[in-house]
Amino acid sequence: MKVAYWPGCVSRGFTPELHGSVAAVAPLLGIELVELDRACCTGAGVLAEHSQELADTLNGRTFALAQKEMANGAELMMNICSTCQGAQSESQERLDANAEYRAHVNETLAPEGLTYEKGISNKNFLWLLVEEIGLEKLSSLVERPLTDLKVGPFYGCYIVRPADRIQITDERPRDTYLALVIEALGGTVIEYAGSHKCCGFPIITMNTDASLKQAGMHLGDAADADADCLVTPCPLCHLNLDLQQPLAEKVVGRPLEMPVLHLPQLVGLALGLSPKELGLARHVVKPTSVIDWTTTVVAGVGAQDEETVTGSSVAGEK
Amino acid sequence: MADTRKPAQDFTLRIRRYDPESGEAPYWDEHTINLEPHRSVLEGILQARGRFDGSIGIRCSCKAAICGSCGVRVNGQAGLACHTHLDAALKSSRDGVIEVEPMGNMPIIKDLVVDMDAVHWKKIRRVTPWLLAQDPLPEREHIVPREAMVDVTQSMACIQCGACVSDCLSMEVDPLFVGPAALAKAYRFVGDPRDSQQFERLKDLAEDPHGMYDCTHCFKCIEACPKGVAPMNQIMRLRRRAGGDHHIEDRNNGFNHEHAFVKNIRRNGLLHENDLLTDSFGGKASPKAAMFLAKSLPVITRALLRRKATLKVALGHPHKAPKDVKRIFDVVEGRPERYDLNLYITGYDEEQSGAEEPNVGAIAGGGEDGQAIPSAPGASPKGAS
Repeated sequence: MKVAYWPGCVSRGFTPELHGSVAAVAPLLGIELVELDRACCTGAGVLAEHSQELADTLNGRTFALAQKEMANGAELMMNICSTCQGAQSESQERLDANAEYRAHVNETLAPEGLTYEKGISNKNFLWLLVEEIGLEKLSSLVERPLTDLKVGPFYGCYIVRPADRIQITDERPRDTYLALVIEALGGTVIEYAGSHKCCGFPIITMNTDASLKQAGMHLGDAADADADCLVTPCPLCHLNLDLQQPLAEKVVGRPLEMPVLHLPQLVGLALGLSPKELGLARHVVKPTSVIDWTTTVVAGVGAQDEETVTGSSVAGEK
Repeated sequence: MADTRKPAQDFTLRIRRYDPESGEAPYWDEHTINLEPHRSVLEGILQARGRFDGSIGIRCSCKAAICGSCGVRVNGQAGLACHTHLDAALKSSRDGVIEVEPMGNMPIIKDLVVDMDAVHWKKIRRVTPWLLAQDPLPEREHIVPREAMVDVTQSMACIQCGACVSDCLSMEVDPLFVGPAALAKAYRFVGDPRDSQQFERLKDLAEDPHGMYDCTHCFKCIEACPKGVAPMNQIMRLRRRAGGDHHIEDRNNGFNHEHAFVKNIRRNGLLHENDLLTDSFGGKASPKAAMFLAKSLPVITRALLRRKATLKVALGHPHKAPKDVKRIFDVVEGRPERYDLNLYITGYDEEQSGAEEPNVGAIAGGGEDGQAIPSAPGASPKGAS
């Protein structure tokens, strides 16, 4: 399937491994990515805090750009960031709800020859996995099941709240999708207190201690629940949980050493890609437990490939 | 709408019990009650108390989601026990048993009763929750624009149940955070044109290290509120007024962060994280930025070593905003008034009609015209410097 692809900012900035892993995984899943390279940042809630109209106009523009691709055969718009999903859904809610407001925003878009038509389908990679590709199909593509890998889901606020805007229903229990995907990939889901809580990133510059305390607390809860790693569909959560983890350790006063994977990386591992191709060596917290798992637990499957990769990249980093 | 014709059936409640005075640890009690599925969890608790154990502690009064007394957590979600149907609670339960716990972030007095005075009411008092009228008072009635009062109706819907305080994730790590209920209450007066101390109120809450900029934007309070107050949205309105109308440059970097972000997107289209970080602390030359960077040095070094961030990305952002993005910034930022659309007030267009007819008068008492109601944008930025 062809999708109008919005990669977001952070996946091309401080978490380049996310952008790379999506590019690596997409062909295996039969997803053709048409990148929206003229689109701009969703505002991550901060632009909307400054001016709703500004955020809605910029996001309306992105939707209009995506709809142009959709006229050329893309089935829907896809993003790979919980925060993008939330900020875009918020703008879409207002734009779709009120024709007058939509016309007002479209007036601003008009000089560029763009118009947003109500009702765009915009899905995070996680939703696309479950709702478009399907868990059965996903399972059937698994080359290397995540047997015995204990994975704690970390959703990020924007992709699970508020439930009505995110359209969590009985038919689409989107607040459980990470667990469903981990299971479909053959892994073990770890339940822990922080899975649906806030990573603290939005206040990292305003109240650094409280922010790091949140990250540290959730990582600690996951460690206590015996998780090998966390997986998240949000690169901003990844920044606070992985990049800032050494500082979070100091704030909560305990060693954590909890690897945090981007969702496409976890999918890629199960689909047979090597840790290096997925950029796992680029994390601040070395995903040793995950790498060990790919070499030792299922040594029989593609073992040779793994040995060379981990030997050259991960071990070589030490 | 709940189906009221279904016959009574069994529901099992798992109730958290705790009596701090006893010296015993908290424990769970299970009771099976028998009620129609549309009845409330509160009625279930009361039946359990009446039939099986008179010592269960629960506070309640109106049983109609008006008094705000029976705030509890049902299956981990804060809300009113009287406002949660048994069938809905059964559906959201993990194992077929409805779990009822006291609210969080507040000390427990007994079982499901928490100490609202110790936390919730203290924080409400913190924001001076009454109108500070102009002096001298107008001789006759105080005439205000209708839109301005419509704008504060959402925060006036609060019934002080404490559900948002219970689930606030910022308060979980920072108990001093003023919190969602009190900040929503603050907006009720900041947004009221009759109040004479709007600037002072905003300045106070912006400068407080545990004030309006301590909210992490997690939507938990929006989910918890049984009355649609959406406290987080009111906090965002406070920030808009503090930063946008009154230009209050606070010591918590709230103003700096917002303005750095806006400037960053206008220039780059995509976020340039490194610039954003330093600008949020007041620019590269500011001591706060230097301190933050110094503390983060080990992390930055590691990120560079792992090739997570290359120097090229970190220092020279390769992306520049398309000219149309800059144009949109100029057009929208150049408007004389902010245009906010509050769906709580305007409602949604009618789906069935299919026509492009805005339904903006959906609020009680509203609807005389078809105009979208801007939320009194910067109605009276009197204290603006």
